[in-house]
Amino acid sequence: MIYADNAATTKMSGAAINAITACMQDTWGNPSSLYSLGQRAKETLEDARERIAACIGASPKEITFTSGGSEADNQAIRSAALLGARKGKRHIISTAFEHHAVLHTLKGLEGEGFEVELLPVGALGTVTAQQVSEAIREDTALVTIMYANNEIGSVLPVSEIGAVCRERRVIFHTDAVQAAGHLPIDVMAQNIDLLSLSAHKFHGPKGVGALYARQGVPLTNLIEGGAQERGKRAGTENVPAIVGMAAALEESCSHMAENAAKVSALRDKLIAGLSRIPHSALNGDPVNRLPGNVNFCFEGIEGESLLLLLDDRGICVSSGSACTSGSLDPSHVLLSIGRPHEVAHGSLRLSLCEENTETDVDAILKAVPEIVNYLRNMSPLWKDKVSGKRAFVL
Amino acid sequence: MALYSEKVMDHFRNPRNVGVIEDADGVGEVGNAVCGDIMKIYLKIEDGIVSDVKFETFGCGSAIASSSMATELIKGKPLSEVLQLTNKAVTEALDGLPAHKIHCSVLAEEAIRAAVKDYYDRQGIAYDPKAFPDCGSCEGCHG
Repeated sequence: MIYADNAATTKMSGAAINAITACMQDTWGNPSSLYSLGQRAKETLEDARERIAACIGASPKEITFTSGGSEADNQAIRSAALLGARKGKRHIISTAFEHHAVLHTLKGLEGEGFEVELLPVGALGTVTAQQVSEAIREDTALVTIMYANNEIGSVLPVSEIGAVCRERRVIFHTDAVQAAGHLPIDVMAQNIDLLSLSAHKFHGPKGVGALYARQGVPLTNLIEGGAQERGKRAGTENVPAIVGMAAALEESCSHMAENAAKVSALRDKLIAGLSRIPHSALNGDPVNRLPGNVNFCFEGIEGESLLLLLDDRGICVSSGSACTSGSLDPSHVLLSIGRPHEVAHGSLRLSLCEENTETDVDAILKAVPEIVNYLRNMSPLWKDKVSGKRAFVL
Repeated sequence: MALYSEKVMDHFRNPRNVGVIEDADGVGEVGNAVCGDIMKIYLKIEDGIVSDVKFETFGCGSAIASSSMATELIKGKPLSEVLQLTNKAVTEALDGLPAHKIHCSVLAEEAIRAAVKDYYDRQGIAYDPKAFPDCGSCEGCHG
Protein backbone atom coordinates (compact mmCIF):
# COMPACT_ATOMS: atom_id res chain seq x y z
CA MET A 1 0.00 0.00 0.00
CA ILE A 2 1.12 3.53 -0.76
CA TYR A 3 -0.26 5.96 1.77
CA ALA A 4 -0.40 9.45 0.27
CA ASP A 5 -3.09 11.03 2.42
CA ASN A 6 -1.06 12.36 5.34
CA ALA A 7 -3.08 15.57 5.42
CA ALA A 8 -6.09 13.43 6.40
CA THR A 9 -4.22 11.56 9.08
CA THR A 10 -0.81 10.06 9.68
CA LYS A 11 0.36 6.67 10.86
CA MET A 12 1.33 6.81 14.51
CA SER A 13 5.07 6.84 15.11
CA GLY A 14 6.83 4.14 17.11
CA ALA A 15 7.81 6.79 19.64
CA ALA A 16 4.17 7.78 20.12
CA ILE A 17 2.95 4.18 20.43
CA ASN A 18 5.67 3.37 22.96
CA ALA A 19 4.93 6.46 25.02
CA ILE A 20 1.20 5.71 24.98
CA THR A 21 1.54 2.07 25.99
CA ALA A 22 4.05 2.92 28.73
CA CYS A 23 1.65 5.51 30.09
CA MET A 24 -1.29 3.10 29.95
CA GLN A 25 0.70 0.53 31.91
CA ASP A 26 2.53 2.70 34.40
CA THR A 27 0.94 6.11 34.86
CA TRP A 28 -2.72 5.36 34.34
CA GLY A 29 -3.91 7.17 37.44
CA ASN A 30 -6.17 10.21 37.37
CA PRO A 31 -3.93 13.28 37.37
CA SER A 32 -6.41 15.01 39.67
CA SER A 33 -6.01 12.32 42.36
CA LEU A 34 -3.89 13.20 45.34
CA TYR A 35 -2.24 9.85 46.07
CA SER A 36 1.09 9.06 44.46
CA LEU A 37 -0.32 7.08 41.50
CA GLY A 38 -2.40 10.12 40.55
CA GLN A 39 0.46 12.50 41.12
CA ARG A 40 2.72 10.42 38.91
CA ALA A 41 0.11 10.77 36.17
CA LYS A 42 0.04 14.50 36.88
CA GLU A 43 3.82 14.68 36.50
CA THR A 44 3.61 12.78 33.24
CA LEU A 45 0.92 15.17 32.00
CA GLU A 46 2.87 18.27 32.97
CA ASP A 47 6.04 16.87 31.44
CA ALA A 48 4.15 16.42 28.16
CA ARG A 49 2.82 19.97 28.42
CA GLU A 50 6.34 21.34 28.85
CA ARG A 51 7.67 19.41 25.89
CA ILE A 52 4.82 20.47 23.61
CA ALA A 53 5.18 24.10 24.71
CA ALA A 54 8.91 23.96 23.97
CA CYS A 55 8.23 22.79 20.40
CA ILE A 56 6.33 25.99 19.59
CA GLY A 57 8.17 28.49 21.77
CA ALA A 58 5.40 28.75 24.35
CA SER A 59 5.43 28.38 28.11
CA PRO A 60 3.68 25.32 29.57
CA LYS A 61 0.87 27.25 31.25
CA GLU A 62 -0.12 28.60 27.85
CA ILE A 63 -1.03 25.09 26.61
CA THR A 64 -4.55 23.69 27.06
CA PHE A 65 -5.21 20.14 25.93
CA THR A 66 -8.28 19.53 23.82
CA SER A 67 -9.92 16.69 21.91
CA GLY A 68 -8.24 17.86 18.72
CA GLY A 69 -7.83 20.66 16.23
CA SER A 70 -11.54 21.32 15.79
CA GLU A 71 -12.15 21.86 19.50
CA ALA A 72 -9.08 24.08 19.73
CA ASP A 73 -10.34 26.18 16.79
CA ASN A 74 -13.82 26.45 18.31
CA GLN A 75 -12.49 27.46 21.71
CA ALA A 76 -9.93 29.93 20.38
CA ILE A 77 -12.47 31.74 18.20
CA ARG A 78 -15.28 31.75 20.76
CA SER A 79 -12.89 33.02 23.46
CA ALA A 80 -11.60 35.88 21.33
CA ALA A 81 -15.11 36.76 20.16
CA LEU A 82 -16.37 36.98 23.74
CA LEU A 83 -13.41 39.15 24.76
CA GLY A 84 -14.11 41.46 21.83
CA ALA A 85 -17.83 41.62 22.48
CA ARG A 86 -17.16 42.79 26.04
CA LYS A 87 -15.41 45.82 24.53
CA GLY A 88 -18.07 46.31 21.87
CA LYS A 89 -15.89 44.74 19.16
CA ARG A 90 -17.83 42.42 16.91
CA HIS A 91 -15.84 42.32 13.67
CA ILE A 92 -13.87 39.19 12.82
CA ILE A 93 -11.44 38.78 9.91
CA SER A 94 -10.70 35.39 8.38
CA THR A 95 -10.21 33.86 4.94
CA ALA A 96 -12.50 32.13 2.50
CA PHE A 97 -10.57 28.85 2.60
CA GLU A 98 -10.29 28.08 6.30
CA HIS A 99 -11.10 24.66 7.66
CA HIS A 100 -14.78 24.11 8.46
CA ALA A 101 -13.92 24.03 12.18
CA VAL A 102 -13.19 27.74 11.76
CA LEU A 103 -15.77 28.65 9.10
CA HIS A 104 -18.68 26.95 10.83
CA THR A 105 -17.76 28.51 14.18
CA LEU A 106 -17.70 31.90 12.46
CA LYS A 107 -21.06 31.16 10.86
CA GLY A 108 -22.46 30.53 14.32
CA LEU A 109 -21.03 33.82 15.58
CA GLU A 110 -22.61 35.65 12.64
CA GLY A 111 -25.95 34.41 13.92
CA GLU A 112 -25.03 35.88 17.29
CA GLY A 113 -24.46 39.37 15.92
CA PHE A 114 -20.83 39.27 14.85
CA GLU A 115 -19.73 40.57 11.47
CA VAL A 116 -17.41 38.15 9.71
CA GLU A 117 -15.21 39.32 6.86
CA LEU A 118 -13.66 36.54 4.78
CA LEU A 119 -10.66 37.79 2.83
CA PRO A 120 -10.38 36.52 -0.75
CA VAL A 121 -7.40 34.22 -1.25
CA GLY A 122 -6.72 34.87 -4.94
CA ALA A 123 -5.74 32.36 -7.59
CA LEU A 124 -2.71 31.12 -5.66
CA GLY A 125 -4.62 30.61 -2.45
CA THR A 126 -3.01 32.98 0.01
CA VAL A 127 -3.55 36.37 1.67
CA THR A 128 -1.08 39.15 2.36
CA ALA A 129 -0.43 41.00 5.60
CA GLN A 130 -1.47 44.13 3.74
CA GLN A 131 -4.92 42.66 3.03
CA VAL A 132 -5.24 41.95 6.74
CA SER A 133 -4.01 45.42 7.67
CA GLU A 134 -6.52 47.05 5.34
CA ALA A 135 -9.36 44.97 6.74
CA ILE A 136 -8.65 45.71 10.42
CA ARG A 137 -11.09 48.20 11.94
CA GLU A 138 -11.55 49.84 15.32
CA ASP A 139 -14.06 47.16 16.20
CA THR A 140 -12.06 44.14 15.00
CA ALA A 141 -12.10 41.52 17.74
CA LEU A 142 -10.09 38.78 16.04
CA VAL A 143 -8.06 37.82 13.01
CA THR A 144 -8.16 34.05 12.44
CA ILE A 145 -6.06 32.85 9.51
CA MET A 146 -4.69 29.38 8.98
CA TYR A 147 -0.95 28.68 8.99
CA ALA A 148 -1.17 26.35 5.99
CA ASN A 149 -4.13 25.17 3.95
CA ASN A 150 -5.12 21.53 4.42
CA GLU A 151 -6.27 20.96 0.84
CA ILE A 152 -4.01 22.95 -1.46
CA GLY A 153 -0.98 23.27 0.81
CA SER A 154 -0.43 27.03 0.60
CA VAL A 155 1.64 28.32 3.52
CA LEU A 156 0.44 31.74 4.58
CA PRO A 157 2.62 34.68 5.73
CA VAL A 158 1.75 34.11 9.38
CA SER A 159 4.71 36.05 10.81
CA GLU A 160 3.81 39.15 8.79
CA ILE A 161 0.14 38.84 9.69
CA GLY A 162 1.08 38.36 13.34
CA ALA A 163 3.19 41.53 13.27
CA VAL A 164 0.31 43.54 11.77
CA CYS A 165 -2.14 42.23 14.35
CA ARG A 166 0.18 42.94 17.26
CA GLU A 167 0.83 46.46 16.04
CA ARG A 168 -2.90 47.08 15.69
CA ARG A 169 -3.66 45.34 18.99
CA VAL A 170 -5.96 42.73 17.50
CA ILE A 171 -5.96 39.13 18.73
CA PHE A 172 -4.48 36.75 16.15
CA HIS A 173 -5.45 33.07 16.02
CA THR A 174 -3.92 30.63 13.60
CA ASP A 175 -5.14 27.13 12.83
CA ALA A 176 -1.75 25.42 12.60
CA VAL A 177 -3.12 21.89 12.31
CA GLN A 178 -1.33 21.24 8.99
CA ALA A 179 1.82 23.12 9.98
CA ALA A 180 2.69 21.78 13.43
CA GLY A 181 5.53 19.29 13.24
CA HIS A 182 6.15 20.18 9.58
CA LEU A 183 7.03 23.89 9.62
CA PRO A 184 8.85 25.90 12.30
CA ILE A 185 6.50 27.59 14.79
CA ASP A 186 7.58 30.20 17.31
CA VAL A 187 4.52 31.80 18.85
CA MET A 188 6.57 34.58 20.49
CA ALA A 189 8.57 35.60 17.45
CA GLN A 190 5.53 35.24 15.16
CA ASN A 191 3.22 37.28 17.43
CA ILE A 192 0.63 34.51 17.62
CA ASP A 193 -1.95 34.91 20.39
CA LEU A 194 -3.90 31.69 19.85
CA LEU A 195 -2.85 28.56 17.95
CA SER A 196 -4.55 25.21 17.34
CA LEU A 197 -2.81 21.93 16.71
CA SER A 198 -3.86 18.31 16.29
CA ALA A 199 -1.72 15.30 17.20
CA HIS A 200 -2.76 12.92 14.42
CA LYS A 201 -1.38 15.20 11.71
CA PHE A 202 2.18 14.63 12.92
CA HIS A 203 2.18 10.89 13.70
CA GLY A 204 0.46 11.24 17.06
CA PRO A 205 -2.86 9.72 18.14
CA LYS A 206 -6.32 10.85 17.03
CA GLY A 207 -8.71 12.61 19.39
CA VAL A 208 -6.16 14.86 21.03
CA GLY A 209 -4.89 18.33 20.29
CA ALA A 210 -3.82 21.50 21.98
CA LEU A 211 -4.73 25.14 22.12
CA TYR A 212 -1.97 27.63 22.79
CA ALA A 213 -3.29 30.83 24.33
CA ARG A 214 -0.78 33.58 25.06
CA GLN A 215 -0.67 34.61 28.68
CA GLY A 216 -3.20 37.40 29.09
CA VAL A 217 -5.65 35.97 26.55
CA PRO A 218 -8.30 34.36 28.75
CA LEU A 219 -10.12 31.33 27.41
CA THR A 220 -13.84 30.69 27.57
CA ASN A 221 -14.95 27.14 28.33
CA LEU A 222 -16.67 25.05 25.73
CA ILE A 223 -16.90 22.15 28.17
CA GLU A 224 -17.94 22.84 31.74
CA GLY A 225 -17.23 20.56 34.66
CA GLY A 226 -14.21 19.92 36.82
CA ALA A 227 -11.16 22.12 37.26
CA GLN A 228 -8.88 20.31 34.83
CA GLU A 229 -6.70 22.43 32.53
CA ARG A 230 -6.78 25.37 34.97
CA GLY A 231 -10.56 25.27 34.78
CA LYS A 232 -10.62 26.02 31.07
CA ARG A 233 -11.41 22.56 29.74
CA ALA A 234 -13.26 20.16 31.98
CA GLY A 235 -12.88 16.39 31.78
CA THR A 236 -10.15 14.04 32.95
CA GLU A 237 -7.17 14.54 30.68
CA ASN A 238 -6.45 11.78 28.16
CA VAL A 239 -2.96 11.40 29.55
CA PRO A 240 -1.80 8.52 27.30
CA ALA A 241 -2.87 10.38 24.14
CA ILE A 242 -1.30 13.61 25.39
CA VAL A 243 1.96 11.80 26.09
CA GLY A 244 1.78 10.27 22.61
CA MET A 245 1.25 13.73 21.14
CA ALA A 246 4.29 15.06 22.98
CA ALA A 247 6.48 12.19 21.77
CA ALA A 248 5.27 12.60 18.18
CA LEU A 249 5.67 16.37 18.11
CA GLU A 250 9.16 16.24 19.62
CA GLU A 251 10.22 13.66 17.08
CA SER A 252 8.73 15.60 14.16
CA CYS A 253 10.29 18.87 15.30
CA SER A 254 13.71 17.35 15.89
CA HIS A 255 13.76 15.98 12.32
CA MET A 256 11.88 18.83 10.72
CA ALA A 257 14.58 20.13 8.38
CA GLU A 258 15.67 16.75 7.06
CA ASN A 259 12.06 15.55 6.68
CA ALA A 260 11.08 18.73 4.86
CA ALA A 261 14.03 18.40 2.48
CA LYS A 262 13.25 14.77 1.70
CA VAL A 263 9.48 15.19 1.40
CA SER A 264 9.59 18.37 -0.66
CA ALA A 265 11.93 16.68 -3.16
CA LEU A 266 9.36 13.88 -3.59
CA ARG A 267 6.59 16.48 -3.82
CA ASP A 268 8.41 18.40 -6.53
CA LYS A 269 8.97 15.24 -8.53
CA LEU A 270 5.26 14.45 -8.30
CA ILE A 271 4.28 17.98 -9.31
CA ALA A 272 6.63 17.91 -12.28
CA GLY A 273 5.34 14.51 -13.39
CA LEU A 274 1.65 15.27 -13.00
CA SER A 275 2.06 18.62 -14.77
CA ARG A 276 2.77 16.63 -17.92
CA ILE A 277 -0.85 15.46 -18.02
CA PRO A 278 -2.55 17.74 -20.57
CA HIS A 279 -5.24 20.08 -19.27
CA SER A 280 -4.22 19.72 -15.65
CA ALA A 281 -3.27 22.39 -13.15
CA LEU A 282 -1.55 22.57 -9.79
CA ASN A 283 -3.68 24.08 -7.04
CA GLY A 284 -2.16 26.26 -4.35
CA ASP A 285 0.94 28.35 -3.96
CA PRO A 286 3.77 26.67 -5.90
CA VAL A 287 6.49 28.33 -3.79
CA ASN A 288 5.13 28.79 -0.28
CA ARG A 289 3.86 25.27 0.03
CA LEU A 290 3.65 22.49 2.62
CA PRO A 291 6.52 20.04 2.04
CA GLY A 292 4.17 17.10 1.40
CA ASN A 293 1.24 18.66 -0.46
CA VAL A 294 0.40 18.00 -4.12
CA ASN A 295 -3.03 19.07 -5.36
CA PHE A 296 -4.11 18.93 -8.99
CA CYS A 297 -7.24 19.43 -11.05
CA PHE A 298 -7.65 17.24 -14.12
CA GLU A 299 -10.15 18.46 -16.64
CA GLY A 300 -12.94 16.18 -17.87
CA ILE A 301 -12.94 13.65 -15.04
CA GLU A 302 -14.49 13.30 -11.61
CA GLY A 303 -12.30 12.91 -8.55
CA GLU A 304 -14.07 10.08 -6.74
CA SER A 305 -13.63 7.74 -9.70
CA LEU A 306 -9.94 8.57 -9.78
CA LEU A 307 -9.66 8.01 -6.03
CA LEU A 308 -11.40 4.62 -6.19
CA LEU A 309 -9.28 3.38 -9.09
CA LEU A 310 -6.11 4.49 -7.30
CA ASP A 311 -7.34 2.61 -4.23
CA ASP A 312 -7.62 -0.50 -6.41
CA ARG A 313 -3.88 -0.08 -7.04
CA GLY A 314 -3.23 0.33 -3.33
CA ILE A 315 -2.74 4.10 -3.47
CA CYS A 316 -4.57 6.14 -0.80
CA VAL A 317 -5.41 9.72 -1.81
CA SER A 318 -8.22 12.22 -1.42
CA SER A 319 -10.25 14.49 -3.68
CA GLY A 320 -12.21 17.69 -3.34
CA SER A 321 -15.06 16.54 -5.58
CA ALA A 322 -18.64 16.89 -4.37
CA CYS A 323 -18.98 13.11 -4.28
CA THR A 324 -16.15 12.80 -1.80
CA SER A 325 -17.19 15.81 0.28
CA GLY A 326 -20.62 14.32 0.93
CA SER A 327 -22.25 17.56 -0.23
CA LEU A 328 -23.47 18.75 -3.59
CA ASP A 329 -20.72 21.29 -4.05
CA PRO A 330 -17.06 20.57 -4.59
CA SER A 331 -14.47 21.79 -2.09
CA HIS A 332 -14.93 25.38 -0.91
CA VAL A 333 -11.16 25.71 -1.02
CA LEU A 334 -10.97 24.97 -4.76
CA LEU A 335 -13.89 27.30 -5.41
CA SER A 336 -12.17 30.02 -3.33
CA ILE A 337 -9.14 30.02 -5.64
CA GLY A 338 -11.43 30.43 -8.63
CA ARG A 339 -11.62 26.89 -9.97
CA PRO A 340 -14.99 26.43 -11.71
CA HIS A 341 -17.24 23.67 -10.36
CA GLU A 342 -16.62 21.30 -13.27
CA VAL A 343 -12.85 21.45 -12.74
CA ALA A 344 -13.06 21.35 -8.95
CA HIS A 345 -14.92 18.04 -9.26
CA GLY A 346 -11.79 16.59 -10.87
CA SER A 347 -9.32 17.27 -8.09
CA LEU A 348 -6.73 15.01 -6.51
CA ARG A 349 -4.80 15.62 -3.31
CA LEU A 350 -1.67 13.66 -2.51
CA SER A 351 -0.05 14.41 0.82
CA LEU A 352 3.29 12.78 1.52
CA CYS A 353 5.34 12.20 4.63
CA GLU A 354 8.93 11.19 5.34
CA GLU A 355 8.03 7.51 5.07
CA ASN A 356 7.14 7.85 1.39
CA THR A 357 9.81 6.84 -1.11
CA GLU A 358 10.89 7.47 -4.69
CA THR A 359 9.32 4.10 -5.53
CA ASP A 360 5.98 5.40 -4.21
CA VAL A 361 6.29 8.50 -6.35
CA ASP A 362 7.15 6.46 -9.44
CA ALA A 363 4.13 4.20 -8.87
CA ILE A 364 1.84 7.22 -8.46
CA LEU A 365 3.28 8.83 -11.58
CA LYS A 366 2.55 5.64 -13.51
CA ALA A 367 -0.96 5.13 -12.12
CA VAL A 368 -2.44 8.64 -12.22
CA PRO A 369 -1.90 9.41 -15.93
CA GLU A 370 -3.19 5.95 -16.90
CA ILE A 371 -6.36 6.32 -14.84
CA VAL A 372 -6.94 9.92 -15.91
CA ASN A 373 -6.64 8.77 -19.51
CA TYR A 374 -8.98 5.83 -18.94
CA LEU A 375 -11.63 8.03 -17.30
CA ARG A 376 -11.29 10.70 -19.96
CA ASN A 377 -11.90 8.09 -22.63
CA MET A 378 -15.32 7.32 -21.16
CA SER A 379 -16.17 10.95 -20.34
CA PRO A 380 -18.62 12.73 -22.68
CA LEU A 381 -17.44 16.01 -21.14
CA TRP A 382 -13.85 15.31 -22.18
CA LYS A 383 -14.95 14.24 -25.68
CA ASP A 384 -16.86 17.50 -26.10
CA LYS A 385 -13.77 19.45 -25.16
CA VAL A 386 -11.54 17.52 -27.53
CA SER A 387 -14.04 17.98 -30.38
CA GLY A 388 -14.30 21.70 -29.65
CA LYS A 389 -17.96 21.55 -28.67
CA ARG A 390 -17.03 22.86 -25.22
CA ALA A 391 -14.06 25.02 -24.29
CA PHE A 392 -11.17 23.77 -22.21
CA VAL A 393 -10.92 25.48 -18.84
CA LEU A 394 -7.37 24.45 -17.98
CA MET B 1 -19.04 -1.40 5.75
CA ALA B 2 -17.62 -0.45 2.41
CA LEU B 3 -18.73 2.70 0.66
CA TYR B 4 -20.31 0.71 -2.18
CA SER B 5 -21.72 -2.79 -2.63
CA GLU B 6 -19.66 -5.42 -4.43
CA LYS B 7 -22.07 -5.09 -7.38
CA VAL B 8 -21.43 -1.37 -7.66
CA MET B 9 -17.68 -1.88 -7.47
CA ASP B 10 -17.85 -4.63 -10.08
CA HIS B 11 -19.75 -2.42 -12.53
CA PHE B 12 -17.47 0.52 -11.71
CA ARG B 13 -14.26 -1.46 -12.18
CA ASN B 14 -15.49 -3.40 -15.22
CA PRO B 15 -18.17 -1.23 -16.78
CA ARG B 16 -20.26 -3.00 -19.43
CA ASN B 17 -21.09 -1.34 -22.74
CA VAL B 18 -18.72 1.62 -22.51
CA GLY B 19 -18.25 3.49 -25.76
CA VAL B 20 -19.95 5.13 -28.69
CA ILE B 21 -22.30 3.85 -31.40
CA GLU B 22 -21.37 5.95 -34.41
CA ASP B 23 -24.60 5.20 -36.30
CA ALA B 24 -26.84 5.26 -33.23
CA ASP B 25 -30.59 5.50 -33.77
CA GLY B 26 -31.06 7.50 -30.59
CA VAL B 27 -28.70 9.43 -28.30
CA GLY B 28 -29.54 10.88 -24.90
CA GLU B 29 -27.38 13.08 -22.71
CA VAL B 30 -28.34 14.29 -19.23
CA GLY B 31 -26.69 15.95 -16.27
CA ASN B 32 -24.21 18.79 -16.36
CA ALA B 33 -20.60 19.55 -15.63
CA VAL B 34 -21.37 21.88 -12.72
CA CYS B 35 -23.06 19.09 -10.77
CA GLY B 36 -20.20 16.77 -11.61
CA ASP B 37 -22.00 14.10 -13.61
CA ILE B 38 -22.98 13.73 -17.26
CA MET B 39 -24.33 10.54 -18.84
CA LYS B 40 -24.67 9.87 -22.53
CA ILE B 41 -26.51 6.83 -23.86
CA TYR B 42 -26.37 5.54 -27.45
CA LEU B 43 -29.10 3.18 -28.69
CA LYS B 44 -29.29 0.94 -31.73
CA ILE B 45 -32.92 -0.06 -32.34
CA GLU B 46 -34.01 -2.95 -34.54
CA ASP B 47 -37.70 -3.88 -34.84
CA GLY B 48 -38.49 -1.88 -31.71
CA ILE B 49 -35.86 -3.75 -29.72
CA VAL B 50 -32.59 -2.36 -28.25
CA SER B 51 -30.12 -4.36 -30.30
CA ASP B 52 -27.12 -2.48 -28.96
CA VAL B 53 -26.43 0.12 -26.31
CA LYS B 54 -23.33 2.03 -25.26
CA PHE B 55 -22.65 4.72 -22.69
CA GLU B 56 -20.17 7.43 -21.80
CA THR B 57 -20.16 8.91 -18.31
CA PHE B 58 -18.38 11.74 -16.55
CA GLY B 59 -18.98 11.14 -12.88
CA CYS B 60 -18.25 9.30 -9.68
CA GLY B 61 -18.06 5.58 -9.07
CA SER B 62 -21.78 5.14 -8.62
CA ALA B 63 -22.54 7.20 -11.75
CA ILE B 64 -20.37 4.90 -13.85
CA ALA B 65 -21.80 1.79 -12.18
CA SER B 66 -25.40 3.04 -12.63
CA SER B 67 -24.81 3.69 -16.33
CA SER B 68 -23.27 0.28 -16.78
CA MET B 69 -26.09 -1.52 -14.96
CA ALA B 70 -28.78 0.46 -16.77
CA THR B 71 -27.36 -0.50 -20.17
CA GLU B 72 -27.31 -4.15 -19.12
CA LEU B 73 -30.93 -3.95 -18.00
CA ILE B 74 -32.20 -2.61 -21.35
CA LYS B 75 -30.05 -4.56 -23.77
CA GLY B 76 -32.22 -6.77 -25.98
CA LYS B 77 -35.44 -5.35 -24.52
CA PRO B 78 -38.36 -3.87 -26.48
CA LEU B 79 -38.74 -0.10 -26.12
CA SER B 80 -42.00 -0.54 -24.22
CA GLU B 81 -40.05 -2.34 -21.52
CA VAL B 82 -37.10 0.05 -21.73
CA LEU B 83 -39.41 2.93 -20.87
CA GLN B 84 -40.54 1.03 -17.76
CA LEU B 85 -37.02 1.07 -16.36
CA THR B 86 -36.91 3.03 -13.11
CA ASN B 87 -34.03 4.34 -11.09
CA LYS B 88 -35.25 2.05 -8.33
CA ALA B 89 -34.69 -0.97 -10.55
CA VAL B 90 -31.16 0.23 -11.33
CA THR B 91 -30.45 0.78 -7.64
CA GLU B 92 -31.83 -2.62 -6.68
CA ALA B 93 -29.84 -4.37 -9.39
CA LEU B 94 -26.73 -2.75 -7.90
CA ASP B 95 -27.63 -4.07 -4.42
CA GLY B 96 -28.29 -0.52 -3.31
CA LEU B 97 -26.57 2.85 -3.41
CA PRO B 98 -25.72 5.23 -0.55
CA ALA B 99 -28.55 7.75 0.02
CA HIS B 100 -26.60 10.69 -1.43
CA LYS B 101 -25.86 8.67 -4.59
CA ILE B 102 -29.43 7.79 -5.53
CA HIS B 103 -29.39 10.68 -8.02
CA CYS B 104 -26.86 8.70 -10.08
CA SER B 105 -29.50 6.05 -10.73
CA VAL B 106 -32.04 8.77 -11.56
CA LEU B 107 -29.58 10.13 -14.09
CA ALA B 108 -29.25 6.69 -15.69
CA GLU B 109 -33.02 6.34 -16.02
CA GLU B 110 -33.29 9.82 -17.52
CA ALA B 111 -30.41 9.30 -19.95
CA ILE B 112 -32.14 6.22 -21.33
CA ARG B 113 -35.48 8.02 -21.65
CA ALA B 114 -33.73 10.90 -23.39
CA ALA B 115 -32.16 8.46 -25.87
CA VAL B 116 -35.54 6.83 -26.59
CA LYS B 117 -37.12 10.25 -27.06
CA ASP B 118 -34.38 11.14 -29.51
CA TYR B 119 -35.11 7.91 -31.42
CA TYR B 120 -38.84 8.74 -31.55
CA ASP B 121 -38.05 12.28 -32.73
CA ARG B 122 -35.78 11.03 -35.48
CA GLN B 123 -38.31 8.44 -36.62
CA GLY B 124 -41.25 10.82 -36.35
CA ILE B 125 -42.96 8.47 -33.93
CA ALA B 126 -45.65 10.18 -31.87
CA TYR B 127 -45.36 10.06 -28.08
CA ASP B 128 -46.74 11.72 -24.98
CA PRO B 129 -44.28 14.55 -24.11
CA LYS B 130 -45.28 14.25 -20.46
CA ALA B 131 -43.61 10.85 -20.39
CA PHE B 132 -40.28 12.54 -21.09
CA PRO B 133 -39.68 15.31 -18.55
CA ASP B 134 -36.86 17.70 -19.35
CA CYS B 135 -33.67 17.07 -17.41
CA GLY B 136 -32.35 20.54 -18.16
CA SER B 137 -31.96 21.45 -14.51
CA CYS B 138 -30.48 19.53 -11.65
CA GLU B 139 -33.47 20.12 -9.44
CA GLY B 140 -34.88 16.67 -10.02
CA CYS B 141 -31.88 15.13 -8.35
CA HIS B 142 -30.35 17.94 -6.32
CA GLY B 143 -33.43 19.92 -5.38
